[in-house]
Amino acid sequence: MKLCIHGGRIVDPANGVDKIAHLCIENERIVSVGEPAPDFSANRKIDASGLIVCPGLVDLQARLREPGQEHKGTIASETSAAAAGGITTLCCPPDTDPVTDTPAVANLIQELARSAGSAQVLPIGALTPGLSGKQISEMAVLSQAGCIAFSNADQPVVNTRVLRRAMEYAASHDLTLMLRPQDAWLSADGCVHEGAVSTRLGLPGIPEFAETLEVTRLLTLIEQTGARTHLGPLSTARAVQMIGRARFDGLPVSASITAHHLHLNEIDICDFNSQCHLRPPLRSQRDQEGLRRGLARGVIGAICSDHQPHDADAKLAPFAETEPGATGLETLLALSLRLTEQGVLTLPEVIAALSWQPAKILGIPAGTLSPGATANICIFDPQRYWRPGPATLTSHGQNSPVTGWELKGRVTHTLLAGRLVYALDE
Amino acid sequence: MKQQNIQLDENGKLRHFLTTEGLKRQLLVDILDHAENFTTVGHRSIKKIPLLRGSTIANLFFEPSTRTRTTFELAAKRLSADVLNININTSATTKGESLLDMLRNLEAMHCDMFVVRHARSGAAHFIARHVAPHIRVINAGDGSHAHPTQAMLDMFTIRRHKGEFADLRVAIVGDILHSRVARSQIHALTTLGVHEVRVIGPETLLPREVKNLGVHVHHDLRAGLTGVDVVIMLRLQRERMAGALIPSEHEYFELYGLTAEKLAFARPDAIVMHPGPINRGVEIDSEVADGPRSVILEQVSNGIAVRMAVMSIIMGNRFGGEGERE
Repeated sequence: MKLCIHGGRIVDPANGVDKIAHLCIENERIVSVGEPAPDFSANRKIDASGLIVCPGLVDLQARLREPGQEHKGTIASETSAAAAGGITTLCCPPDTDPVTDTPAVANLIQELARSAGSAQVLPIGALTPGLSGKQISEMAVLSQAGCIAFSNADQPVVNTRVLRRAMEYAASHDLTLMLRPQDAWLSADGCVHEGAVSTRLGLPGIPEFAETLEVTRLLTLIEQTGARTHLGPLSTARAVQMIGRARFDGLPVSASITAHHLHLNEIDICDFNSQCHLRPPLRSQRDQEGLRRGLARGVIGAICSDHQPHDADAKLAPFAETEPGATGLETLLALSLRLTEQGVLTLPEVIAALSWQPAKILGIPAGTLSPGATANICIFDPQRYWRPGPATLTSHGQNSPVTGWELKGRVTHTLLAGRLVYALDE
Repeated sequence: MKQQNIQLDENGKLRHFLTTEGLKRQLLVDILDHAENFTTVGHRSIKKIPLLRGSTIANLFFEPSTRTRTTFELAAKRLSADVLNININTSATTKGESLLDMLRNLEAMHCDMFVVRHARSGAAHFIARHVAPHIRVINAGDGSHAHPTQAMLDMFTIRRHKGEFADLRVAIVGDILHSRVARSQIHALTTLGVHEVRVIGPETLLPREVKNLGVHVHHDLRAGLTGVDVVIMLRLQRERMAGALIPSEHEYFELYGLTAEKLAFARPDAIVMHPGPINRGVEIDSEVADGPRSVILEQVSNGIAVRMAVMSIIMGNRFGGEGERE
């Protein structure tokens, strides 16, 4: 099978490429970027004139809801949504049911993803069995079974001794940790940022320092153990500053944020809009600006979807009783592209934060269009306007805080290992 | 997307009463003026007027309440409405029937108005957003968010004693953080244009950004009460000790309990209010609660008139609005 993507603007930040060219694929690999070799005759051509051709997106955090919550989404349904969002590789956190703390669960997830065939799914293993925070899990075995990193999902490891051992153990086996910083005590019962909106609405708040306090604890342990750690998604400007300083000091720490936190803040909760019930919570406008600045300065390396599809009922209740999270796979690219119009990032920088940089955080050979690389490719129309909603989203979860927004930039084709897994107009 | 105020209909009139926040001053004054007309109904031998005859009002109480429910029931009955009291055990609803299922059932019984009390902030907004368009919703207290009719009966009581709002200094004392009453009072007082609203309590019982609501913050009761015209005491819930918000009832009373000695810092004609039920010896001394400056019982009887006013205004707007359309 030979395929030629014809005449698109190739944006490949890993190789510093930004030019109009042809991209040729043979079987599952990229063979050339530029003029096709004279002996290359394509079986199939994709006309990409006016479109942007970039590496398939790499999403550091997306919940697929399987196994355990298939009424909210399945690996098949959500990886198909990922393909519609131009995402070819995604990581799923271990808070499945059962928890991803055994090779059997890790294998099951990858098997289901392979048979669905829409995106590459990399399970994140549980840092502690059952996410209980009491012991350390069989990280080496889980890693052999395909777990790309280790996390305790939304359950902070309260016991600092266990956390220290887990980090030491991960460091000795060269494994990556992905932790969302949140102090268990300060965030208990909270559902919104503790600030102006929690004051007005009488909703239990999660203070800013629920995040920064935990970042302090984690940075100290990273310094002591040398464990390569990814912190995210972040929600506060101060946490970004702290991580920026730690990176300057040479600590092996990276950070990410969600696309939603770049464009929304606590004020969007307005009168109890449960679609804005997110975790970490939407914070103040100052925090939102701080996150954008952190991205522009390179402290934050990746934008993730933090995809959390829900059934409709999960959002139909008084605010605090609704389930947190938003569907995000299909709006990740368009929301991130807004940053170019708002002067926060250039187009190659946006693409880098969605592909090459998260791949580097995971230590996987993805997110590039180098000849020889696996042909995971996203093609999008940067001028195409669309509105997220039931007519445009394929995810089982329609719970989006940006439903009805006019977004610019829509994925037209997605290729996974050289195979067309999504085409908008076909 | 800009949302329009869910409390108002297309003519800018009151459709639901969910919070005192974001309403115009005249709208609040109208409620107070209306309530004046209803204060005498309770003194007549036949305590009924036929304003809401044929309407069905459902009291949906997802949280136990005696006073608020009773005064809403009395208010509705004095307006000749049919009243349905439904006490719902919240734990039962979360297990099986959802809140929305329950609303659909009540709608099918042709109710015209829901009076809602719920332990979660935002519950009344949620219900107002999801009920059939002909149904009106009054918030009888949602979590720590709002209790607008309580705030309006407090405004009514203040106006009866003090006349104009413009020159008043009002102090609200105690657990502002968890108080829906305090939030609704603050919005009503600032909308009605009082000179100064103070909140008094330890930092642990104040919302993080309480100053954003337009109030002055005091941690010392004596300093905070100095020169005020109205003292509003809030109820202290027992579970606040378990949450490490205050050390003990004893220390709380020592610092924030209202005694005759501390009340002396307020203006000599200052009135003392409390939304009830009061914890004697915790937030207020019996001597003050039962003393000449206490208007606590008057608040309760004013509650009926104010709730009659809110119900009749809302139902009047509804019939008016429908009449124009038909």
